[in-house]
Amino acid sequence: MTASSVGKPLDRVDGRLKVTGTATFSAEVAVANVAHAVIVGATISKGKITALDVGEAQRVPGVVAVLTHLNAAKVPGADKPTEMTDKVVQVLQNDAVLYDGQPIALVVADTLEHASHAASLVKATYAAEAAICEMDKEIGAGFAPKAAPGRPPPDSNRGDIDAALATAFARVDATYTTPCENHNPLEMHATIAVFQGEDHLTLYDATQGIFGLRKRISKAFDLKPENVRVISHFVGGGFGSKGSAWSHVFLAAMASRATGRAVKLSITRQQMFAFVGYRPQTIQQVTAAASKDGTLVALRHEVTSATSRFDTFAEPSANVTRMLYACPNVKTSHRLVRLDVATPTFTRAPGEASGSFALESALDELSYSLKMDPLALRLKNYAETDPDEKKPFSSKTLRDCYTQGAAKFGWSKRKPEPRSMRDGNWLVGFGMATATYPSRQSAASALARVKKDGSAQVLAGSQDIGTGTYTIMTQIAADALGMSVERVHFDLGDTTFPETPVSGGSQTASSVGSAVKRAGMAVRTKLIDLAVKGKGGPLNGMSAEQVDAEAGVLVSKQDRTKSDSYEAVLARNGLDQIEEKIDEKEKAERKDHSTHAFGAHFIEVKVDPDFGEVRVSRVVSAFAAGKILNRKTARSQFIGGIVWGLGLALHEHTERDPRTSRVVTKDLADYHVPVHADVPDMDIVMVDEVDPYVNEIGAKGVGEIGIVGVGAAIANAVYHATGKRVRSLPITLDKLL
Amino acid sequence: MKPFAYSRETGLDHALARGKEDGVRYLAGGTTLIDLMRLGVEEPSTVVDLRALPLRDIKADGDGVQIGALATNTEVAYHPLIAKAYPVLSEALLSGASPQLRNMASVGGNLLQRTRCSYFRDPSSPCNKRMAGSGCPALDGYNRSNAILGVSSSCIATHPSDMAVALLALDAVVHVRGGGGERAVPMGDFHVAPGSTPAVETALQKGEIITHVTVPASPFAQRSHYVKVRDRASYAFALSSAAVALDVSGGVVKSARVVLGGVATKPWRATEAEAELVGKPPTSMSFDAAGAAAVRGAVPRTHNAFKVELAKRTVARALRDLVGKA
Ligand SMILES: Cc1cc2nc3c(=O)[nH]c(=O)nc-3n(C[C@H](O)[C@H](O)[C@H](O)COP(=O)(O)OP(=O)(O)OC[C@H]3O[C@@H](n4cnc5c(N)ncnc54)[C@H](O)[C@@H]3O)c2cc1C
Ligand code: SF4
Repeated sequence: MTASSVGKPLDRVDGRLKVTGTATFSAEVAVANVAHAVIVGATISKGKITALDVGEAQRVPGVVAVLTHLNAAKVPGADKPTEMTDKVVQVLQNDAVLYDGQPIALVVADTLEHASHAASLVKATYAAEAAICEMDKEIGAGFAPKAAPGRPPPDSNRGDIDAALATAFARVDATYTTPCENHNPLEMHATIAVFQGEDHLTLYDATQGIFGLRKRISKAFDLKPENVRVISHFVGGGFGSKGSAWSHVFLAAMASRATGRAVKLSITRQQMFAFVGYRPQTIQQVTAAASKDGTLVALRHEVTSATSRFDTFAEPSANVTRMLYACPNVKTSHRLVRLDVATPTFTRAPGEASGSFALESALDELSYSLKMDPLALRLKNYAETDPDEKKPFSSKTLRDCYTQGAAKFGWSKRKPEPRSMRDGNWLVGFGMATATYPSRQSAASALARVKKDGSAQVLAGSQDIGTGTYTIMTQIAADALGMSVERVHFDLGDTTFPETPVSGGSQTASSVGSAVKRAGMAVRTKLIDLAVKGKGGPLNGMSAEQVDAEAGVLVSKQDRTKSDSYEAVLARNGLDQIEEKIDEKEKAERKDHSTHAFGAHFIEVKVDPDFGEVRVSRVVSAFAAGKILNRKTARSQFIGGIVWGLGLALHEHTERDPRTSRVVTKDLADYHVPVHADVPDMDIVMVDEVDPYVNEIGAKGVGEIGIVGVGAAIANAVYHATGKRVRSLPITLDKLL
Repeated sequence: MKPFAYSRETGLDHALARGKEDGVRYLAGGTTLIDLMRLGVEEPSTVVDLRALPLRDIKADGDGVQIGALATNTEVAYHPLIAKAYPVLSEALLSGASPQLRNMASVGGNLLQRTRCSYFRDPSSPCNKRMAGSGCPALDGYNRSNAILGVSSSCIATHPSDMAVALLALDAVVHVRGGGGERAVPMGDFHVAPGSTPAVETALQKGEIITHVTVPASPFAQRSHYVKVRDRASYAFALSSAAVALDVSGGVVKSARVVLGGVATKPWRATEAEAELVGKPPTSMSFDAAGAAAVRGAVPRTHNAFKVELAKRTVARALRDLVGKA
């Protein structure tokens, strides 16, 4: 057998391109005769545009067009989403303003400088109406969202929670809140739209889903899907915000059609806070109750999240409560309130990140009521099978995460009393929380091809949003093809390649990886067949089972001196190449299993007793996520998730002016994320786990689980350090003074 | 960004002549100016680059030190004449921004940096400082980072500089050149509270150029310290800061400086706090009393009320650390 590449910490195959600045991101693609577009955003949050003065803007030299609702073409599909990731977009179709920063005009010019200057000269007059953004005041108007197709229902109820609560020994009732958070990947959303004639469109777009984008745009513009090509070779982070086609993509296409030119539209950092989604604010009520020995008898988790006036995205924060612990009586619900704000969307671990803050904080509170170690409480209520789906787990190695993580962290040194540990002047606290994330798989296709020079080309639509998709797919393909990674070229990011799902829900490795593996294996099988059954050659006449593939050479298992290279097989049979395309479906065994990755965070914080400044001083996190495809890129995903969790716990919050509903904190000076000085070294434990059911490659996906539970682990550590329970994120120092 | 003309002047008199024209802005490191131009808050028609002027030296000045207006924040912070003799200045500079920004930012520009009030930085929002008479949305809007001292009903914007807080504690003097020649403005008179004219932030007249800053020798300069409290470990403006300096002899405080940052509309000298300290032994009790005195008269609002307690503690802690350090 070829030495396996999968699992090795292979450096990113695109690493050199990235660090030398030669990876071409969407806005950098060289397109001839490109015009630059800049969006003008509304400066009210609700009302109507009564007048738009574009005269001055049009007089700026180089301006090609100014699109407004008065002259823009109709896009009938704009407000008709059909897929889960589709959004209602605002693309100059009428005079209504629904939120702050909504696009109200688009200026197209020969240079970015001219376009942005002209954009600043567009003058809008409004009939403004009172806009509402204070969620707590609207909570009475909460309504149940419709269940999204293929997604869990908004409400759940098992057992009899009221009866259980009546007899519980210890009980916690608390309200937890999480703020609005904006994704803010390093790369802002960007599109270059190129209409060729009336019915062919090419989009170079920073997207997490080239095929979803193609479907949405082709429908909205009434184009044949095959006439729309989406290309996205590199994406500088998405985190969910790039999973949907937002207004700017439509606008770029409209502008290209209207001007007959290629149009580039890269939104500004301020606009990242306006119309490309965010994690919505939540208010979560949790009741957790246990008997004297710590056995959970009841969990209730009622979630309300905020949404816009025109869309119904609900943050599914309570789903995690349904399955994480073996509790017989569990009731959960999700409600929405409408505000005069832009529409929220998926944000790294949507639901799990925010919901685990509430659930895992409540469990911590319960542990103090019970005078029980927080980790012991989790172990006491370990779910051996999925209590919600009532199925066995495809694999679950959470117990090892708890024990290995706790041992490495030194959890046993925790003194149970809050405010009992110090390091000089600093108060020290330990906190822990469980992490979990569903392991999804969607249908995906891939094509593998071995060429006569003995190299391989492997193609799958897909996207690399910075996670390492290029790298792990190269590794999977190399192993499947029986080749070394150096000879395998994997390419992605083009709708002319085989169809794949959105890079969201931590499903790319699982879905695309399975297809790539099977495509590679299929080509290898064909090559072996040719070697044993085709024209001549040293292996001719053997059975296929007797042949191994090793670094692009077929070898007889019995007599290793007998070998035949891929080049030789192809040449002898007069072939330029051999290829196979595979359409991979969800693995059949998944139906009978619950599929989740698990983990545990152990975190130490130091809190300044005078100022309430919180510093995370140590992190040990253990994860069991099936097969780890590349220890280096996987670690990067875990630590990336944890760093964001640190931001979620301590820093991030988007603030609106309560009187106008306008965003106040709209750049990275006002909207804080962790800087290096906030992030300690992190110790990541990857627990071995073999999962034969989850998918063809046994990998569970590592993109999102890192963030889950970090908010609670830090809040729990802060409580342990200070004796102050903060139930409202982020934990800024004013809450600890 | 509005298109603008750019010129680079090599002589001070030429630059001053240009400065008299309408719509001219001087450029030093550009970390405030270019940022605000991008946002559409500043819209100069001409940018006059000062960086070729010979105003970058840091040198001894009698017993004190003279710092050229174009010296970078980094150069000042690490200069041997500063780091030892004026620790508070070095500490304040190094607590600000990031290394990249400090490498660009100049002393003159730092003194003249504008407030970080989010409404000021958004030209689509009203703001008395940016557009006289348009109103102050921070008063009843989102005001977590705004000031509690030196405020008026027109403006509650915080002065964001760390360096200026330290310079005020050190009795520094700002030297400026204008059409009428040279003037020396004590730090205490350089920044002005908003009152009813929040657009006026300093004593600098139109077209004047800051040439240098002098910092005198003083009995307390060497025993000085800066403490900055912020929302993350680094790269954030102060929620509250304090520059403190003490001259202690015979177990009694002879003279003291307590200056607050992050909580006031200008670098805020807390003379009442200083009075609490002078004539007494430097003890925790008098440090707490100084903290309490420092925030007397504070006007908290919805989101920044915590700054009253925070500033109090910042002063007491800075003094405690200073005495502990010595
Ligand atoms: C992201 C970020 C974070 C920051 N964090 C901090 C922080 O934590 N603490 C802190 O104190 N500061 C912070 N700053 C502000 C920074 O210190 C200032 O932007 C910088 O000091 C300004 O200096 P400059 O030379 O770049 O000024 P410029 O931008 O060049 O000029 C600023 C103003 O001063 C005028 N000017 C400049 N020099 C002269 C002169 N010699 N005579 C007359 N007028 C002059 C210009 O016309 C302009 O109006 C931060 C800035 C940024 C962008
Ligand atoms: S506080 Fe000052 S700067 Fe801020 S909005 Fe009010 S007037 Fe403008």
